[in-house]
Amino acid sequence: MIKIINLKKSFGDKKVLDGVNLEIEKGKITVIIGRSGEGKSVLIKHIMGLLRPDEGSIFLDDLEITSMRERDFNEVRKRFGMLFQGAALFDSMTVAGNVGFPLKEHTDLNDEDIIKVVREKLKRVGLVGVEEMMPAELSGGMKKRVGLARAIVMDPEIVLFDEPTTGLDPIMSDSISDLVLDTQRVLKTTYILITHDIPFTYKIADKIAMLHEGKIIEQGSVEEMKANPDPILRQFLEGRAEGPIKVY
Amino acid sequence: MMREYLERLGKTAERFVDSTGQMALMLAQAAMYAFLPPIKFRNIFKQMEFVGVQSLFVVILTGSFTGMVLALQSYNALKRFGAESLVGPTVALSMARELGPVLTGLMVTGRAGSAMATELGTMRVTEQIDALITMAVNPVKYLVVPRILAGILMFPILTIVTDFVGVVGGYMIGVRLLGINPGVYIGRTIDFVQVDDIVTGLTKSIVFGLITTLVASYHGFYATGGAEGVGRAATSSVVLGSVLILVSDYLMSSFMV
Ligand SMILES: Nc1ncnc2c1ncn2[C@@H]1O[C@H](COP(=O)(O)OP(=O)(O)OP(=O)(O)O)[C@@H](O)[C@H]1O
Ligand SMILES: [Mg+2]
Repeated sequence: MIKIINLKKSFGDKKVLDGVNLEIEKGKITVIIGRSGEGKSVLIKHIMGLLRPDEGSIFLDDLEITSMRERDFNEVRKRFGMLFQGAALFDSMTVAGNVGFPLKEHTDLNDEDIIKVVREKLKRVGLVGVEEMMPAELSGGMKKRVGLARAIVMDPEIVLFDEPTTGLDPIMSDSISDLVLDTQRVLKTTYILITHDIPFTYKIADKIAMLHEGKIIEQGSVEEMKANPDPILRQFLEGRAEGPIKVY
Repeated sequence: MMREYLERLGKTAERFVDSTGQMALMLAQAAMYAFLPPIKFRNIFKQMEFVGVQSLFVVILTGSFTGMVLALQSYNALKRFGAESLVGPTVALSMARELGPVLTGLMVTGRAGSAMATELGTMRVTEQIDALITMAVNPVKYLVVPRILAGILMFPILTIVTDFVGVVGGYMIGVRLLGINPGVYIGRTIDFVQVDDIVTGLTKSIVFGLITTLVASYHGFYATGGAEGVGRAATSSVVLGSVLILVSDYLMSSFMV
C-alpha cells in the first residue's frame, strides 16, 4: 500500500501540491483525475523520487520514501514501472533497445531472451514488427505504446501510467484497458493512472481521486463518484465548460 | 542604479559559486562511479569514437595549417638573426608544448563539447534522464562517466595527431617552400625537443579533456527550458569550456616551466 500524507510542493512562488492525502491500495487500480496543470504529473513524480516534497511524506508499506537517500531509493524503484506523459523514449536507441533496457540493466538474460520478452510485451500493446525502428520514426500513439511496453517489461509490482491513452484511437485505448485489467488480475499489479479519458476510467478504476487546487477533493469507487453531487467533480466528469470551474 | 548593479553582480557571483559547486559534485560522483562495477565498456567506446574518431578531420586540418603558418612566421623572424635552422625546433616546441593541446582542446570543445551538451540537454528536457532514474539506473554513471573517460583518453591521442601533422606541415613549408636543408631541419628538431616537452603537452591535454567533457555534461545535465534551454546549454558549455582551457593552460604552463 502507498500512503501519501499531507504532501506539499511549490515551484518558486507557485504552489502546486497543497497537502495531498491519498491511499493507494495494493493490487488495485487507482485513477487520478484533475484539470490540466493541477499537478497530477508532479504528484506521481514524487512517488518515484524524481521530485522531493517541501513537506509531507509518502509511505510504501512501512517505508518512508521521500527522505530516502538516492542509492536506497534505487532499490525501491526496481519495484516500479513508469510511463511518462511524453513517453520519454531514449531517442538514441531502437524500440527494442528501449523496451529491453531495464532487462539489460537489471537481469542476466541474454540478448535472445530479451528480444523474446520485448516482442511479447510489444505485442500486448498492439505493436508488431517495429523492433528495429527508431523513436523518431514512430507516431505519437506508437511512442506511447512503446513507453507502456517499457514500463511493464519487468512485470513490476507497482505501475504508474501518466496518460496512457492520450493520442490513442478508441479501439487501442480499449485494448490498453484490457491490458491493465489482465495484468492486475494475473500479476496482482498495483496501478496508479493519470488520465483525462473518462470512459477508460469508468471501465477500469477501483478508485478515482480528483486533484483540484493542490488537494484531493473527492475520492471513491466509480459508483460513488458517479453519484457524488460535488459540483466541481460533476462538471469535470461531465465535461462541461459552465460550472464552478472557470475557463478563462 | 548602483544598487541594481551590485545586486546583479551578487547574483552572478552566487550563480558562479553554485555551478562550480555542482560541477565539483558531479566530478566527485563520476569519479566514484567510474570504478564501481558494472563498468559499461560499450558506452565508453561509443563516446571514444564520438570524441576521438569523429574529431580527427578537424584536428588534422587545424594542426597542419598551424604548423605551416608557424614555419612561415618563425622563418621570417629567425632569418633576421640568421637562425633559419631553428625553424624546425620552433615549430615542434610550440606545437608540443602549447598549440597542440590548446588547439585540439578548443576545436574539440567546439565540436564534441557542444554536441554533448545538446544531447544531454535534450535528454533532460524530454525527461529521458528522469526515465533512466525511474529504471533505477544512475544517470551520472550511465551518461557522464563514459563521456568524461572518453575525453581523458582521447584528448591526448588527438593532441599527438595535431602535434604530428603540425610538424609535418612545418617541414613542408620550411624545407620544400623556404628551402631549409632537410637534414638540418630534422636534426635541429631532434636536438632541441625533449620527451619532457611532449609529456607537458599531453598532461595539459588530459586536463583539457576533463574540462571539456565535465563542463559539457554539466550544462546538458542541468538544462532547463525546452529547445532554447538546450541551445543555451550548448553555447555556455563551449564558452566556459574554452575559457577554462585557456586559463588552466596558463596556470599549468606557469607551474610546469
Ligand atoms: N519542474 C518544474 N518546474 C517548475 N514548475 C513546474 C515543474 N513541473 C511542473 N511545474 C508546474 O506545476 C504545475 C503542475 O504541472 P503538472 O505537469 O503536474 O500538471 P498535470 O496535472 O500533469 O497537467 P496535464 O494534465 O496537462 O499533464 C504546472 O503549473 C507546471 O507549470
Ligand atoms: Mg501531466
